[in-house]
Amino acid sequence: MSPVPGIFRILPEVILTLTGVAVMLIDASLAPGFPRRPLGWVAAMGTTLALWASLWQLSLPQGTAFSSTVETSAFTIFFHVLICGIVLVALLLSLDTLPEDSHHQGEYYALVVFGAVGMCLLTGAVELLVVFIALEISSISTYVLAGYRKQTGRGPEAALKYFLLGSFATAFLLYGIAMIFGATGTTQIYEIARLAQAAPNHLFVLAGLALMLIGILFKVSAAPFHVWTPDVYEGAPAPVVALLSTAPKAAAFALLLRVAYEMFPSLHSIWAPLLWVVAVLSMTVGNLAALRQQNVKRMLAYSSIAHAGYLLAAFAGLGTSGIAAASFYAAAYAAMNVGIFAVITLVSGYDEQLPMVEDYRGLVYRSPLLGGLLIFFLVSLVGIPFTGGFFGKFYSFSAAVGGGAVWLAIIGLLNSGLAAAYYLRLALAAARRSSVKNPEAAVRAPQVGVAVGAALLLAVVATLVLGIVPGEVLRAAQAGAHTLQAPVEISAPADPEPRP
Amino acid sequence: MNTIDNSILTLILLTPLAGAALTALAPERGKLPNWIALLTSVLTFGLTLHLPAHFVLGQSGFQFAINQPWIENPAIFYHVGVDGLSLWLVVLTGLLAPVGVLASWNAIRERRKIFFALFLIQQTAMFGVFISLDLMLYYGFWELSLVPMAILIAMYGRKDGPRAALKFFLFTFIPSAPLLVAILWLYALTGSFDLVTLQILIAHGSFPAGPLYWASFAFLLAFAVKVPVFPLHGWLADTFSEAPVALAMVVAGKLGLYSMLRFHVGLFPAQARALAPYMVAFAVIGILYGACMALVQRDFWRLLAFAALSHLSLIVLGIYGLTFTGSAGAIYQILNHGVVDGALFVLLGVLYDRYATSEIGAYGGLAGKLPRTATLFVITSLAMMGLPLLNNFVGEFLILSSTFSGVSRGWTVAASMGVILGAAYMLMLVQRIFYGPQSEMATAKPAIDLRVSGLAVLWPLAVLMLVMGVAPSLWLPAIEQGVRSVQGKDAVVLPVFVGPQSALFASPEGEGQR
Repeated sequence: MSPVPGIFRILPEVILTLTGVAVMLIDASLAPGFPRRPLGWVAAMGTTLALWASLWQLSLPQGTAFSSTVETSAFTIFFHVLICGIVLVALLLSLDTLPEDSHHQGEYYALVVFGAVGMCLLTGAVELLVVFIALEISSISTYVLAGYRKQTGRGPEAALKYFLLGSFATAFLLYGIAMIFGATGTTQIYEIARLAQAAPNHLFVLAGLALMLIGILFKVSAAPFHVWTPDVYEGAPAPVVALLSTAPKAAAFALLLRVAYEMFPSLHSIWAPLLWVVAVLSMTVGNLAALRQQNVKRMLAYSSIAHAGYLLAAFAGLGTSGIAAASFYAAAYAAMNVGIFAVITLVSGYDEQLPMVEDYRGLVYRSPLLGGLLIFFLVSLVGIPFTGGFFGKFYSFSAAVGGGAVWLAIIGLLNSGLAAAYYLRLALAAARRSSVKNPEAAVRAPQVGVAVGAALLLAVVATLVLGIVPGEVLRAAQAGAHTLQAPVEISAPADPEPRP
Repeated sequence: MNTIDNSILTLILLTPLAGAALTALAPERGKLPNWIALLTSVLTFGLTLHLPAHFVLGQSGFQFAINQPWIENPAIFYHVGVDGLSLWLVVLTGLLAPVGVLASWNAIRERRKIFFALFLIQQTAMFGVFISLDLMLYYGFWELSLVPMAILIAMYGRKDGPRAALKFFLFTFIPSAPLLVAILWLYALTGSFDLVTLQILIAHGSFPAGPLYWASFAFLLAFAVKVPVFPLHGWLADTFSEAPVALAMVVAGKLGLYSMLRFHVGLFPAQARALAPYMVAFAVIGILYGACMALVQRDFWRLLAFAALSHLSLIVLGIYGLTFTGSAGAIYQILNHGVVDGALFVLLGVLYDRYATSEIGAYGGLAGKLPRTATLFVITSLAMMGLPLLNNFVGEFLILSSTFSGVSRGWTVAASMGVILGAAYMLMLVQRIFYGPQSEMATAKPAIDLRVSGLAVLWPLAVLMLVMGVAPSLWLPAIEQGVRSVQGKDAVVLPVFVGPQSALFASPEGEGQR
């Protein structure tokens, strides 16, 4: 065992948990009329601290703790930093946009932080039961957050749909875990990898893999497991969607990478074609459906399905290049998607009086800053060079081409051409002169506060950095990929895994 | 001098970008954005003039080159440089920038900051396309050039900007998907995006033939839409009638045509030869189709669009004739087209500004009221028709004569018909706008002739048309050198162009018919 105290291996999770508990306790002890907004700052500070703790973990030797259930490696640190960054931006965004008098504000911040605990743990867990627990922690927080606007009909509807379908998917995952345990007698991922290699065609292992894939693909909202996405995104408050559409997905993709490349590299020939199909379906279904949407949040929901497809294209890549591309895409997608939801929150407001594409007409004239940012993030989602979206797609598809999946890349890039149509529809609506028909849209000039300004700045800087100087982030992603390819030494001897 | 030579191209790229940032940050007070944009573009033009001044003729390869690693993995390099092919195109882009700014001086009345900032970003993107020697860098600028263009068409369109912008964007964006796949495929096989490296590898036949053919086709498709070549020209007329003058004059032609020469003929010579007969056919159809469509247009922007289609197709003919002279003529004709079309756009923009209609029928008899505009318009139209002594003649002559002797007499005769039709529609346009009885509108509205800023733009362009017509030897040596490097040994080398003077007095078929 490594001499590093186990607690250091889960330091970010510990900090986040303490922050969440503190926020809840303070919330409970404050007088009812007392403003809860400072709690948001507490949560943001805790998240920042957790982010630093993740970076600090870089100085630790790679290794596992708590009887080989969690691991610290370049891979986990990459996703920890990403998730903490997303959560930080989402918190900053919520600080300025949640109405001052809204109920349960303290709980809102606590839930966001607890969700982050689950997501972080999910990326670090190397033991399937811990994986399951982490997934549940993150899911339960997000179910509640999705229904945060319970005054409207849509909020509870969103929460209920998300909860029912989500539990169903989690059940699949759990069933898959049970099958694998039945076949191998262990839930430790390295062990499973070793045993699965010995008996690659064990029926239970194959069934377990398939069931786990269903559970995970549901979480990343890949077609055909995507039907919940538009309704949930439409019903949940925009800052929550900023979080929902990025952080849990990043965590779930981390899990998918772990399952595919670390647990079952020996079954590459099974899962690679499956994910090929899912990738093509997700892109095509997502984009075709998004073309028809008039509601901005639904449109972006379908766009996120399509982006899940672009990311899955990276799984056609061989080993390191595929993992690195997928990790990079998760980061690029998070930066631009959080950014665009921040803009949408500001434009349409917490109560979302302006949900339709047509309502964005004249935004550039009303508020050049927000209009410009909207167009900027849309341009990145389209995948124009010098933005993060471009390099995300670029790495993903070049990994696919490198792995021999030229058709996947062609379908993907044609899809991104198709996608340009609806992104542009929104951008052009913003650039069009205001209509007289919608006076409400004409008068609303959103204000940009300090917290939201910081959130937007972070998102813009991240998108630009990933688009112009992606070298550092890519190197981090590749370092992570290497650690996933060559698992750490644990107490039980584990063979280094040769690539199939 | 050496440091300047090393960094001049970077400076050319960064100056408009800095100007754009300055425009965006400066307060929107009066014409401040206009002045910043004008100064930036004049400065940039000055910088581009450094290139021909210090270009070493007879030195093969790329000059003023920089090759710095940009991204480690995949290996993308900041590799820029110019040769004879791109040299004058960079200068032309620099020249048209102040022209565009002055043409927008009064035409853009609101949101000047956004307009000029995006206009300058567009400049950077175009320079980038012309000087990039790394395929990814090139692709980056190629895509980047779409964004400001689409936004500006949407925001400043005349009637239905957003629709035209969407059409333009999708038409040009979707074909660039196969282009990117092809680039990635080349990279997957070689580990390099470098143009020169890939050129050598392809020449040595280190690729499977079938996929390479498809890769070259993907390249060609993206370029053909951008030019546009005949069946892919659907976006052109709408874009021309909606786009602000300053952008319409750069939207078509040079980026795509240059890319064809450099990245299709230059990169895939064998495949280009296989595709050339089809391209020649499409080009000739485009020449005739564009000219016939131009004859019947009632809107002068659309007329200009189809005229452009016809003229650009002639250049495509020059490129895919794959003869030495034809390619040199094609580059020369890109320059001519830039100058002449630019001037024509400015003039029609002036008319549109004064009378707010592009309906040709509403005009008539303006020559008496706007004598300066009429004079310049006639000169430009004559240049456009290819009148000897003016610039288009030289380019058309080079292309047609090389096609005649190097490709096919039949196609040449057909293409020459387009030149005749060209004279017809231009003369009809001039006649219907400026001569004949004064129309109701012309009498009713006050006549405001060109003022200083307009004259300051148009006279130099007119002089340039004449100089380029009588002294092409100022430009051609560098161009020929560039063409020689592109075509290498594979080209069907014809006797080198004998010299402009003798060409003027020669009377080849096609030209003689006028």
